[in-house]
Amino acid sequence: MQKIKEFIIEKFIFICGIASIFFVVLIFLFLLKEGLAVFKFVKPLEFLLGKNWYPISEPAQLGILPLVLGSLLVTLGAAVISIPIGVGCAIYIAEIAPLKIKETLKAGIELLAAIPSVVLGFIGMVTLVPLVKNIFHLPTGLTALSGSIMLAFMAMPTIVSIAEDALYSVPKNYKEGAFALGATHWQTIWRVMLPAASSGILAAVMLGIGRVIGETMAVMMITGNAAIMPNSILSPVRTLTATIAAEMGEAVVGSEHYFALFAIGIVLFVISFIINVTADLFLHKDQK
Amino acid sequence: MVNPVRNNKLAENAKMKDKNTISNGVKFAIKNLDIWFGTIHALKQVSMEIEANEILGAIGPSSSGKTTFLRMLNRLNDLSPNFRMNGEVKLENDNIKNIDAQFLRKRVGMVFALPLSLPLSIFDNVAYGVKMHGVKNKKLLQNKVEESLKEAYLWDEVKDRLNESAFKLSGGQQQRLCIARTLAVSPEVILFDEPCSGLDPISTAKVEDAMVKLKQKYTIVLVTNNVKQAARVSDRTAFFLNGELIELDKTELIFTGPKDKRTDGYIRGKFG
Ligand SMILES: Nc1ncnc2c1ncn2[C@@H]1O[C@H](COP(=O)(O)OP(=O)(O)OP(=O)(O)O)[C@@H](O)[C@H]1O
Ligand SMILES: [Mg+2]
Repeated sequence: MQKIKEFIIEKFIFICGIASIFFVVLIFLFLLKEGLAVFKFVKPLEFLLGKNWYPISEPAQLGILPLVLGSLLVTLGAAVISIPIGVGCAIYIAEIAPLKIKETLKAGIELLAAIPSVVLGFIGMVTLVPLVKNIFHLPTGLTALSGSIMLAFMAMPTIVSIAEDALYSVPKNYKEGAFALGATHWQTIWRVMLPAASSGILAAVMLGIGRVIGETMAVMMITGNAAIMPNSILSPVRTLTATIAAEMGEAVVGSEHYFALFAIGIVLFVISFIINVTADLFLHKDQK
Repeated sequence: MVNPVRNNKLAENAKMKDKNTISNGVKFAIKNLDIWFGTIHALKQVSMEIEANEILGAIGPSSSGKTTFLRMLNRLNDLSPNFRMNGEVKLENDNIKNIDAQFLRKRVGMVFALPLSLPLSIFDNVAYGVKMHGVKNKKLLQNKVEESLKEAYLWDEVKDRLNESAFKLSGGQQQRLCIARTLAVSPEVILFDEPCSGLDPISTAKVEDAMVKLKQKYTIVLVTNNVKQAARVSDRTAFFLNGELIELDKTELIFTGPKDKRTDGYIRGKFG
């Protein structure tokens, strides 16, 4: 009896596992099939490096370079803001903060992670956008910078919590060894804890950035959504994700525009995949 | 039981003490020391003196407070959040509370139970602490590394492979590497917490040799679970039980005619 139960449970779990893989493969195949069809209309290089994204003009121009640059610019900005603050915060929580402040901070960060991105985008739109506009005397505050700042808030919880875990898992005797040699607290953090936790911290950063690249709602609301070649962090941009979200509804099924949006999906997929794999490599470097 | 080498060592040591007159040859003076971790009373009313250039052995069953005692001397206990203490510990007339922890720990070095080699070259492992304290001059570093490795009796074994990873060394060599790293920051006192617990007899003998020679320059406190090791290398031996210092005397006396029944029992138990 027990045996049969075991058998059924085992098989059931097996099927669940297989099913998830099956669906992933299906989705991927669908994406490939629809996306690659765009190359009937435009050459791969023209698609990736073309500077004009006019999908509904006649003839359509399907160059996604401005979108790729938009995504990269926003992401880079978010990384520059969120990495130092996030890692600094993780160090503070893991090493310096007294117990009470530590608990409060951790709760605050979890709360930040729980805010839906639309809400963040909305708050950014009414507070951050006018602020950016006034500080830099711009015609509009809907810029890549605004998006970067907003996304930095989204990446931060991921970065902080994973980097903090990485710092906690540094063996205690490393730390004591450094102290026993007469290191100050800061020397111990800088010369022992950070190097020892570096792979985990890198993974934290990669996962945080992965979240930023895939983010859609908030960026769509505050980056200005202009599919033009950006010339600075203060110009309006449009990201890959926002393009798909904004245009999928109006693209005619089977048109070149429709296929192009799927191809953008592939590009996004490849980028996130690379980031996740890199993060994974860093995370599991120590276990191997 | 008492080996002849030891007697010579004691005589030698007596001479050393005459030479070394810093605060009458007393390195550490500990008075009425109580230590708690939360509700655990880890050390109870411990008073003793640790003399300069002696090897003080500390023995006792598990959880008797040996490590706590040792980590008091370089204030490593301060890292535990629920640590509390009462009483006084003086290093050459200065209460260690009033010495900046990082300066105290430079003067009072520590070697841990497991060799803590860093994923660096042999050279960099030894130079680690020195570099951290701001020495950048290459020549100076090289001299310091060589000198420390010689003092730890490791130089001959590694002098041709200083740039190899420290992980290629055997356990015993790694432990002596850690000793060299501690020596490189020029301490006065070296604390050993069961330094040979993971080593084979031959490596153990080498580490013990190093310790005996080191006491010419340094004061050594050795916590050990191996009673025979205390008998072999220490000049005086302290017996801890349940956080109390039961007895502290010349090693011969502890091992031939301890005053306290409990000391006797522990030593016999370990030998029996
Ligand atoms: N950081 C700490 N937090 C809480 N309790 C501690 C801490 N360090 C030591 N203790 C407690 O203090 C008591 C003495 O421990 P200590 O490590 O000094 O024993 P020991 O004699 O070194 O034992 P062993 O031979 O097993 O190493 C034990 O009851 C231990 O649980
Ligand atoms: Mg111990």
